[in-house]
Amino acid sequence: MTLSLRRKIMNGLMLTLTGLSTFLAVGVLLFILGYLFVYGGKSLDWNFFTKLPVPVGETGGGMANALLGSAKLLLLATITGVPIGFLGGVYLAEFGGSTLSFIVRYTTDLLNGVPSIVIGVFAYTVIVIPQGHFSTLAGGIALGVMMIPIAIRSSEEFLRAVPLSLREGAMALGASKAKTILTVVIPAAKGGLITGIMLNLARVAGETAPLIFTSFGNQFWSPGWEQPTAALPVMIYLYAISPYEDWHTQAWSAGFVLLMLVLAVNIIARAILSKKGHVPR
Amino acid sequence: MSAASTTGFSARPSGRASTFWSRLRSGDEIAYILTLVCALSILAITALLVFELYKNSTDPRHKFGWTFLTTSVWDPVAGQFGALPFIYGTVMTSALALLIAIPLGVGAAIFLAELAPAKISNALTFLIELLAAVPSVIFGVLGIFVLIPFLQKVAPAIKAVLGWSPLFSGPFYGVSMLSAGVVLSIMIIPFIISISREVIMAVPNEQREGALSLGATRWETTWDVVLPYARTGIMGSIFLALARSLGETMAVTMVIGNTPQIRASLFAPGYSIAAVIANEFTEATGQLFQGALIELGLVLFGLTIVINGLARLLVLGATRKGTRVA
Repeated sequence: MTLSLRRKIMNGLMLTLTGLSTFLAVGVLLFILGYLFVYGGKSLDWNFFTKLPVPVGETGGGMANALLGSAKLLLLATITGVPIGFLGGVYLAEFGGSTLSFIVRYTTDLLNGVPSIVIGVFAYTVIVIPQGHFSTLAGGIALGVMMIPIAIRSSEEFLRAVPLSLREGAMALGASKAKTILTVVIPAAKGGLITGIMLNLARVAGETAPLIFTSFGNQFWSPGWEQPTAALPVMIYLYAISPYEDWHTQAWSAGFVLLMLVLAVNIIARAILSKKGHVPR
Repeated sequence: MSAASTTGFSARPSGRASTFWSRLRSGDEIAYILTLVCALSILAITALLVFELYKNSTDPRHKFGWTFLTTSVWDPVAGQFGALPFIYGTVMTSALALLIAIPLGVGAAIFLAELAPAKISNALTFLIELLAAVPSVIFGVLGIFVLIPFLQKVAPAIKAVLGWSPLFSGPFYGVSMLSAGVVLSIMIIPFIISISREVIMAVPNEQREGALSLGATRWETTWDVVLPYARTGIMGSIFLALARSLGETMAVTMVIGNTPQIRASLFAPGYSIAAVIANEFTEATGQLFQGALIELGLVLFGLTIVINGLARLLVLGATRKGTRVA
């Protein structure tokens, strides 16, 4: 039986098209990388990492305050988001009954899908309005709320990946459940848990929308936690929409730095995880 | 309080040692309560989020009622707030994004799941997942400095071919719903690809073997057998992508033009819900203005929750591990 020509052509054509769409999608990534290397890499210098922003027209400014601001925001986000998420994940993996776990999981996924700008509005109503001013604190907590859902799901997944026999062994030796989790299950899942946190951080590190009206922005250093602070993604946004050529160049450099950080963390984390044959999203 | 464990054994050791106090001493009860509180805090946070958005949008809700959603005058000075232009812009850009992203994304997923050798498929999927990790503000920067100049070059060609349609009428200034839709499509393609690929790979091989043994071509097998089988899961991935594009803020804000108007033409600038919140929130003076923006946040929240909820249920049905796909 021979295939009709039409079917053969259709087969070849459609399969080629699927291949083309794949390479188009991958091409976009390479294209983005290329552009940022060329435009961002070329104007990057040490001033960027060590100097404060300068007014339009002056040369040699940097974004040191934004780098430090982002670091502080991420630290605060980790402190608020990760413990809650991690312990919630422990509950789902080790204690949860089926109904409550389903509700918690479902809500977690819904919260994960809430647009980041809405999380920003939430943090504004909960922290900025009562305090009466923008602050590092508000921005950090907004990012922390965004970290919770992923922290829950990734820690649950990695804890579940620990074989049941390890738990049984520990309990057979007379360890309590809490002790089993603390001394056997968590250490066994440690690598995965840490990479999960890294991926989570890489995701919120690029978040801009929740920061615009929580940590706001600042052209200077922001000591302590109570003042508005600059953050790298917000600076990129403000500089890119400004009408000044100098600032556009700075925005490219900042974009380059941000993208390199985010991609480096992603590549390292995924390389570690793929050795274990397990990459959660 | 049944502590029946999902890992297969009881939290409570049996025997005489299992009184409340001994478990408390050994930490079991503390661990249980502590982790339970953390798990429940996610419900509390979500509830608080809804409550805060609702409470802080009281003024405009009382003043405008449902007409908030159906009128199109947005005039902070006169105290008139109608959300229709933003809802329109959000829906139009997301629809355009889906129109571009669905064929490309599902096509790529088919290639990666059905055709490419495992090694190549894994390498390409890795790259595509990296694309999903690129922060949205970076897409915005590229949108402003790369995509818009590019679209300005091709716009005359589009106009020459499709200019008869109201969708492509009028002048093209660069910032437009078209630019926003294209940027969004690039941002959501990775989601469609990676979830659809997983769903397609979950289709049992017997299905393919059956079709191939009946003489179907590779494409016919994929189109007539594999895709119908994976349909719900693919729909789920599309809904997830839709929810993401509806709520996307930075990249859209930077290229959509931020003009509260309703125009049929994709060449015209527009505005989206997320973009107006991002732009006007810090400048919003007065309870009513800020309340109106918070109410927009509530609308966006409701929209994405419904679509996400649907998506999760669809993917749940398709892969059984359901809400795990994130």
